[in-house]
Amino acid sequence: MLDGFTAETLARFQFAFTVSFHIIFPSFSIGLASYLAVLNALWLKTRDETYLTLFNYWKKIFAVAFGMGVVSGIVMSYQFGTNWSVFSDRTGPILGPLMAYEILSAFFLEAGFLGIMLFGRNRVGDKLHMFATGMVAFGTLMSATWILSVNSWMQTPAGYSINEVGQFVPEDWWEIVFNPSFPYRLTHMVLAAYLTTALVVAGAGAYHFLKGDADRPSRKMFSMGMWMLVIVTPLQIFAGDLHGLNTYKYQPQKVMAMEGHYDSYPEGGPLILFGIPNEEEKRIDYAIEIPKLSSLILKHDLNAPLKGLDTIADEDEPPVAIVFFSFRIMIGIGFAMLGLGLWSLWARWRGMLYDSKWLHRASFAMGPMGFVAVLAGWVTTEVGRQPFTVYGLMRTSESLAPVAAPAVAASLMAFIVVYFFVFGAGTFYLLRMMGVPPKDQGKINLRDGPMRGTGLHPAGPRANQPAE
Amino acid sequence: MIFGMELSFIWAGIIAFAVLTYVVLDGFDLGVGMLFPFTKQEKERDVMMNSVAPVWDGNETWLVMGGGGLFAVFPLAYAVVLPALYMPITLMLLALVFRGVAFEYRWRTERWKWVWDMSFAGGSYMAAFMQGIALGALVQGIEVADRAYAGGWWDWLTPFSILTGVAVTVGYMMLGATWLNMKLEGRIQSHMRDLAWPTAISTVVFMGAVSFATPFLDPVYFDRWFAWPSIAFASVIPLLLAFCIWRLFFGLSRHHDTAPFLCAVGMFVLGFIGIGISFYPHIVPPSMTIVEAAAPDSSLAFALVGAVILIPIILIYTAYSYWVFRGKIDPNEGYH
Repeated sequence: MLDGFTAETLARFQFAFTVSFHIIFPSFSIGLASYLAVLNALWLKTRDETYLTLFNYWKKIFAVAFGMGVVSGIVMSYQFGTNWSVFSDRTGPILGPLMAYEILSAFFLEAGFLGIMLFGRNRVGDKLHMFATGMVAFGTLMSATWILSVNSWMQTPAGYSINEVGQFVPEDWWEIVFNPSFPYRLTHMVLAAYLTTALVVAGAGAYHFLKGDADRPSRKMFSMGMWMLVIVTPLQIFAGDLHGLNTYKYQPQKVMAMEGHYDSYPEGGPLILFGIPNEEEKRIDYAIEIPKLSSLILKHDLNAPLKGLDTIADEDEPPVAIVFFSFRIMIGIGFAMLGLGLWSLWARWRGMLYDSKWLHRASFAMGPMGFVAVLAGWVTTEVGRQPFTVYGLMRTSESLAPVAAPAVAASLMAFIVVYFFVFGAGTFYLLRMMGVPPKDQGKINLRDGPMRGTGLHPAGPRANQPAE
Repeated sequence: MIFGMELSFIWAGIIAFAVLTYVVLDGFDLGVGMLFPFTKQEKERDVMMNSVAPVWDGNETWLVMGGGGLFAVFPLAYAVVLPALYMPITLMLLALVFRGVAFEYRWRTERWKWVWDMSFAGGSYMAAFMQGIALGALVQGIEVADRAYAGGWWDWLTPFSILTGVAVTVGYMMLGATWLNMKLEGRIQSHMRDLAWPTAISTVVFMGAVSFATPFLDPVYFDRWFAWPSIAFASVIPLLLAFCIWRLFFGLSRHHDTAPFLCAVGMFVLGFIGIGISFYPHIVPPSMTIVEAAAPDSSLAFALVGAVILIPIILIYTAYSYWVFRGKIDPNEGYH
């Protein structure tokens, strides 16, 4: 059924598919790991049972999401070689050591302390348990740091030279790690992970309110999620704007595609709010636009001339329609988050935070939208840098492994079937766990920290099942 | 060069260490999965899984280290080996997906528990077998032309690679059975000890078959083992191996807890060193050497700083985590 496609198209689709699934889990677990560290610290400080209840509630959810992240991540670490071997050979001397640092400083840290964080509180005591929880959170952030440095180097390569066999080789590691787009991309992604988690946490709380289960832990998680939204969304909009300006400087055609600027505007470019890109005719149909606003945003001058895709050779242009739409989806969700945050602030001021049905409905509806925004953002930046893997230097078509199309077609089908089955089931379990209000979690799990238990401390493996 | 040693050789040692650590740690962990179908009792399956639950993803991180490390310091080897082993690697990855999620999913459902039990066991078998196949295909040699894999996409499937596939599978089962003999008590412990016998005997037989076949695959391997003076060093391996095998069976017959597992690990370490002797100085037989595949020294040195500082720390906290969850798993503790 995939006969008509080239090995390159299939390999690209396979990478896009597996990395899109993968990014969902880390963007949740980065935020949740930090949230768990905060909850545990608050519990130790205040000894308010609400925090402990919440910690135990979200920790089980974290374990499932983290497990899915681990297995989908192992796939990624091999796929560079199986499908993009020429890319691996040529960029390995630069990207390989960065990934080695990610494994050594992040993956091992997370995996090493996860067991203690999940099962070890009674075995090692509060202090070491807090340390382990902190290490897991720190590990997720380290992981994000290194992998975004890798991605950023591919977008804005720096500090390299090219040797006689065509490999990119390091000249200056500082320039490589802190390449021009890295600080912006890292900030934007970590904030996105925090927002995604805040929306899920608040959405779960809102769901319990709507179900009439407004217990104290549900109130606490809704309130914490909403505070996070209020504080972080404006920071994210600001960071996103800086990231966009950075992209405009280093990858102008990506921004042209985002803006839908097929043509150059010598006297100030319009901000196209919406429209339908017509790739044949190279124009935006049905465009709704605000004159000159794009020049103001990108150049801080209403009349600044803006170049369009007409100045770029056709073979160097990214696909416009995908980038144009995915960018608008991300921005739309971003402003919806801002609106929800402001609404919650208003409700809080009026003392209606836990009583406003419509606020709860909106929060519930927004619960999964962080994931959509993260995916849309990644599609924007990754499709927007096409047709290159190393921007301006190495084309996607030159990066491919010498694997026959039928082999790639077979593996792609297998990945699609397995991922939908396995991660579909996982998502179902996650939703079902979040659907039970924290006050009822005792009905599923008898005591503190059962999880799958290790049989090493109180409530053990089968504590969640009826006694025989 | 550092202290008179090529950086690429130091790195070859580190990668070999990571792969060996993976094989030993995930070996018993996959073995536990493969032994799952040998008991029908829910309670026994619970304690079997719980004996590895707190450590399994640390164990699998060594696999990422092996692959990621290869990408970092031997990018050419990474770029040649993975396309050559496209099918077995992809199947292994998918199998690890099924197996890894089972650790969590299994406790989240009653109705579908059997599905995740199957995915735990089936994924473990598939992953182990594919790792063995990949080993066999690598030992047989990989065709390289112009910095890329030059063979077809079924080259990995040969009688020899199937032999190594079975050898690794039964070997992991032996590791799993001796691990469980160490960690469990009562009926399930003696059940696992009984299973340690046939799996260990099969492991010895298949390791022997692979060892006999290997020197005849390529005259280079033959010389490495049987030419003077290398035979003097090489012969130490079979002697130590014989001791491990004897001590393993002795321990099993005397109902020792720890010794059989340690001896099973010893067998894997020695087998691995044996493969190392066959390979050296190649990283991808028959033609690509360690030096040829290595990234430039500036990459090796940068990554080495991190490895030298972080790997000892990793070993310390990994050991600490094993220490925290040490001792026998008490199945009854969970029911209070």
